[in-house]
Amino acid sequence: MKASGLKVGYLPLVDCAPLVIAQEMGFAAEEGIALDLRRAPSWSSVRDMLSFGQVDAAQMLSPVPIATALGLGGAGAPLSAVSVLSVNGDVIGVSRELERRLRDNGHDFAFNDARAAGLALIAAAGETLRIGVPFPFSMHAELVYYWLTALGRPAPQSVEIRTVPPPLMANAMEHGEIDAFCVGEPWGSQAVENGVGALLIPGRAIWAFAPEKVVAVRSDWAERESAMLGRLIRALRRAARWIADPDSHSLAAELLARPEYLDLSPDLLGRALDGRMVISPSGEERHVPGFIEFYRGGATFPWRSQAEWIGMQLAARLGLDREASARAARSAFRSDLHRAALRQYGADLPSASSKAEGAVRQPMEVGAEAGRLILEPDMFFDGRIFEPMPE
Amino acid sequence: MPDTLSIIVVEADRDRALSIVDSLRSAGAYDIHVIAEPTGLARQIQARAPDVVLIDIENPSRDTLEELAVASGPMDRPVAMFVDRSDEGLSSAAIEAGVSAYVVDGMKPNRLKPVLDAAITRFHMFQRMRTELAETKRALEERKVIDRAKGMLMRARGIGEDEAYALLRKTAMDQGRRVADVAQALVTAAGLLS
Repeated sequence: MKASGLKVGYLPLVDCAPLVIAQEMGFAAEEGIALDLRRAPSWSSVRDMLSFGQVDAAQMLSPVPIATALGLGGAGAPLSAVSVLSVNGDVIGVSRELERRLRDNGHDFAFNDARAAGLALIAAAGETLRIGVPFPFSMHAELVYYWLTALGRPAPQSVEIRTVPPPLMANAMEHGEIDAFCVGEPWGSQAVENGVGALLIPGRAIWAFAPEKVVAVRSDWAERESAMLGRLIRALRRAARWIADPDSHSLAAELLARPEYLDLSPDLLGRALDGRMVISPSGEERHVPGFIEFYRGGATFPWRSQAEWIGMQLAARLGLDREASARAARSAFRSDLHRAALRQYGADLPSASSKAEGAVRQPMEVGAEAGRLILEPDMFFDGRIFEPMPE
Repeated sequence: MPDTLSIIVVEADRDRALSIVDSLRSAGAYDIHVIAEPTGLARQIQARAPDVVLIDIENPSRDTLEELAVASGPMDRPVAMFVDRSDEGLSSAAIEAGVSAYVVDGMKPNRLKPVLDAAITRFHMFQRMRTELAETKRALEERKVIDRAKGMLMRARGIGEDEAYALLRKTAMDQGRRVADVAQALVTAAGLLS
């Protein structure tokens, strides 16, 4: 049988791993598909490649399909998030100058306390704080806004948020265009490696289970090509399960490192997969369990409540109608399509499609359609719990 | 809105920028400004408040333009990527050619069409040049590898150049591969063995 080709857009980041692994390790072939992976230079170009049909599916920042549903940020076609591709995986880093000031003020760079790190950053930054994020509609931006606002420095009002594509983040810091960044790996580690920055906290210190990237398709394509979509969702889930095994990490890093994908050293990529982060140019290491998740805790499931949280953050910031935004956001995360693709294949699917976000403090078994599903901790650093609309 | 459309072209390469400006000028009377320096792109554009921004899709600085889609103040005119909802497929054609256009809120598509048509034609030309360059480079690389493989065969088997090439060609034909691929395999294997 000849595999059906599926064009998929992606950006060179550790969290594109399920796409690369599905293709390279044969999970796509098992489903009778071949992924034709197209690397893109920026998020707007991935989004446009998808909207205008140059690719069938794409790795996408989780807020992008939601922003599109809310009529924000240009592009045309309605998009559907059919799986979560990765959870967590961002880092917040600071310039060497800010690092020096933070250390002078006695900050310990413990790398696990978002409150302490945030207050120290606000104190050290002074009047202006310029923070680079990869895209206006990104989990990076949402984490930064949520974090600093909760600590009394309202963002974006009193913080300058600048858009810098991930591969250029270290460069922007080197040229003094930004004082700090929130970016997906390996680009934070790259800044450390180049000696231009130090890492302050991982993204998961702000929200312990943040949907970072999704697999997005055009909504009309999802309707028309439901069989193909099912194959894609299943292939990516198998790839995610494979990556979740620590024994796979070194091979995964090798594959991602290839010139046609990330074209970087496997060592740099392995740090995020292993959760062993080198946080400063002097070589200090911090161990972060769950630094990035592809599979554990039902990571691939696109919870409507995750979408709603993102939608409500956007609505509050941009002054949109809250209820309409919540509704539009929920409809962009297609837990129904995810279920349909996996139901007959013995996957551990939750019985509900929405949950309180931030309420799981330790691994917790929840009602599942079949099998056992254990959710991983998903707290916000300030202990808030987000209650979604009733389903 | 003044009658003359103001256009910003974001392009770091001087020759390419000039070439785009030329083709826009021949399409109509526009007020055209080129930005070559990507630092603070969004702010540079905001300061000039253009009607249209043209930028290469491959340009990574393009993401900064997405900030402009959300107006930051009540007096700002939001700029968003142009999306054509008619049947002409102007946006798809632009993306195919590798150019994206950001336009101010409320601009009539018919005012934009000549601008985009001119840009699309020019970017198609750039794409052809890029492909040609890549092809030439690849051919050169292959020639180098084939020469190395020939040299290795000549030394190892004490044969002449023509004979060495004939051997490569025959092997390639037998295996249904390209001469360059066989040569590459030989060079790689020799590198491993030495």
